Amino acid sequence: MHSSSGDPAAIVASAVRKFADIPGGLLPLLHEIQAGLGFIPFDGVAAIASGMGLSRAEVHGVISFYHDFHDQPRGQKTIHVCRAEACQAMGSRKLEAHVKTRLGIDYGGTTKDGRFSLEPVYCLGNCACSPSIRIGDDVFARVDADRFDELLGGL
Amino acid sequence: MIRIFVPIDTTACALGADAVAAEVALLANNRGMAVEIIRTGSRGAFWLEPMVEIEADGNRYAFGPVSPGDVAGLFGAGFPGICQHPLFLGKLTDIEWLARQDRLTFKRAGVTDPLSLDDYRQNGGYEGLNNALAMSPADIVAAVTESGLRGRGGAAFPTGIKWLTVLNTPADQKYVTANADEGDSGTFADRLLMEADPFQLLEGMTICAMAVGATEGFIYLRSEYPKALQVLKQAVATAEAANLLGNNIGGSGRDFHLQIRVGAGAYICGEETSMLESLEGKRGLVRFKPPLPAIEGLFGKPTVVNNVLTLAAVSTVLAKGAAYYQAYGSGRSRGTLSVQLAGNIRRGGLVEVPFGASLRGLVEDFGGGTASGRPLRAIQVGGPLGAYLPESQWDTPLDYEAFSAVGAMLGHGGIVVFDDSVDMLEQARFAMEFCAVESCGKCTPCRIGSVRGVELIDKIGNNENISGNLELLEELCETLDAGSLCAMGGLTPMPVRSAVKHFPQDFKRGLKNGPGGQINV
Repeated sequence: MHSSSGDPAAIVASAVRKFADIPGGLLPLLHEIQAGLGFIPFDGVAAIASGMGLSRAEVHGVISFYHDFHDQPRGQKTIHVCRAEACQAMGSRKLEAHVKTRLGIDYGGTTKDGRFSLEPVYCLGNCACSPSIRIGDDVFARVDADRFDELLGGL
Repeated sequence: MIRIFVPIDTTACALGADAVAAEVALLANNRGMAVEIIRTGSRGAFWLEPMVEIEADGNRYAFGPVSPGDVAGLFGAGFPGICQHPLFLGKLTDIEWLARQDRLTFKRAGVTDPLSLDDYRQNGGYEGLNNALAMSPADIVAAVTESGLRGRGGAAFPTGIKWLTVLNTPADQKYVTANADEGDSGTFADRLLMEADPFQLLEGMTICAMAVGATEGFIYLRSEYPKALQVLKQAVATAEAANLLGNNIGGSGRDFHLQIRVGAGAYICGEETSMLESLEGKRGLVRFKPPLPAIEGLFGKPTVVNNVLTLAAVSTVLAKGAAYYQAYGSGRSRGTLSVQLAGNIRRGGLVEVPFGASLRGLVEDFGGGTASGRPLRAIQVGGPLGAYLPESQWDTPLDYEAFSAVGAMLGHGGIVVFDDSVDMLEQARFAMEFCAVESCGKCTPCRIGSVRGVELIDKIGNNENISGNLELLEELCETLDAGSLCAMGGLTPMPVRSAVKHFPQDFKRGLKNGPGGQINV
């Protein structure tokens, strides 16, 4: 969950100050910016790079390597659908097709009203009660199409 | 004051435990009952979650699985006392599924409040560290070596040998790192340990630091575990306040500082050298070995990289002695294995048993067969890089060497069960697709070969030159196997080959459910 209300440049500058002297601080720094803004703005990359003593290419390389980091604004909440084997064994392929249809977006997409982004996830560690999804920081177990609609209706 | 216990781990909460706890509190209050609701970790009997426990005559009794709508009926029947109700499970020690386990690492899980240091200490916690603080580093390492403990992350490397290498490598700084990037599908043991008994991980890491001479440590936790993160943060703060982390631990004159770092959704960062790169703030590209991390690891310094369960087990070894731990197990696989029963299974959850139990025994006796009630068809053991086992191999004992001998691997102990509706061609395709999505990209066979693998399997699914394409697929598997630095590319062939070998009929009739579509990179 992110606030997306702060001034991007100020949030980037504050995160850089906080993590500049911490060995290996780039990942926590990026997490902090993303928690504040919902994404890592392109305009912030130069400030991150100079603050961390890295090239812009190195910073961009890290942002693009990790599934969690995004360089574009996101929906207010992210819905993760587990695509891994334990969930497949309990019908997650059907569930993911339903979720995509219901939200009208594919993985990586954001609904037109800006409320939800959809992402795949490869295991939520809830594999004895599959299929699993994560909405924000909450994990839900034994989710089928009806249960998904019910959860969505409650948001 | 009546004490009522409701689990707080991810799975129990995913099944509604928070709402159950709230309903219990509300109805008790309405009835003017003075109750204390204690949120415990889960015992891992996930098929019974949310499982609510009460105390009576010095024992714990359980009800489950309890939904919020059941709570009023429970109170009506006499809850929170022992009462006649369809959800009453009886005395905890009489629940066979739990009683038949040998819980060493998970002995406190579900019993105690995960964040109560007093609970931890009253149940044997920190005895191992106390013993370790009175021992020389070499003696601690020797105890771990004698216990026979091998890495629980999947590679099964002898822990004592790894520690000895770090101990014997002179350096101005050494590190202890816990690999908590538990990415394998069908595994949740690390998560449960961290959410239900976090001090055990902290204790194990501190013992390790004392053994190898490290003063800094990191837990590398995957971002998919937000609850574990909250629990660990609080546990670290509590341990620091109690002088169990930080400077001059317990007055010993030795220091150990522990930080938690959160991953960012990359499966490959569970590979140890990729994890180290990620801890250094870089792309999680796999490193060449040698140098071993034990000699040149984090920031180029000698580093222990151990799985969460390995480090946790060390607390038992130091508390009870190497011989105690070593007495469990079979062959060269010593101690207990934390099996995770997952997928299409009736009684899923965490089963801790000595090595050597048969796969069939676990899946049928503990697991109770499939959740769907349909016949079992395939069992994938060891995560997404593990083999799919057909019925002819289900009597294989759960032992590293025995699994290796049948072309499979035990890995981190995840067991994913599939019923007869599974299409093994789809599963083989997914193995290649997963590799394409999660490859770090360093080795060409892994990065490109996995994409070619998806394409080949799609052709086979479309009935295009099946025998020729199966032959090509086997050659591709050889290339991945031989030409990749780490297990991602090296082991992706394992699920693919096992599917082709043991379920050949699925590769000879086209895709049951139509073409697989795009790779979700």
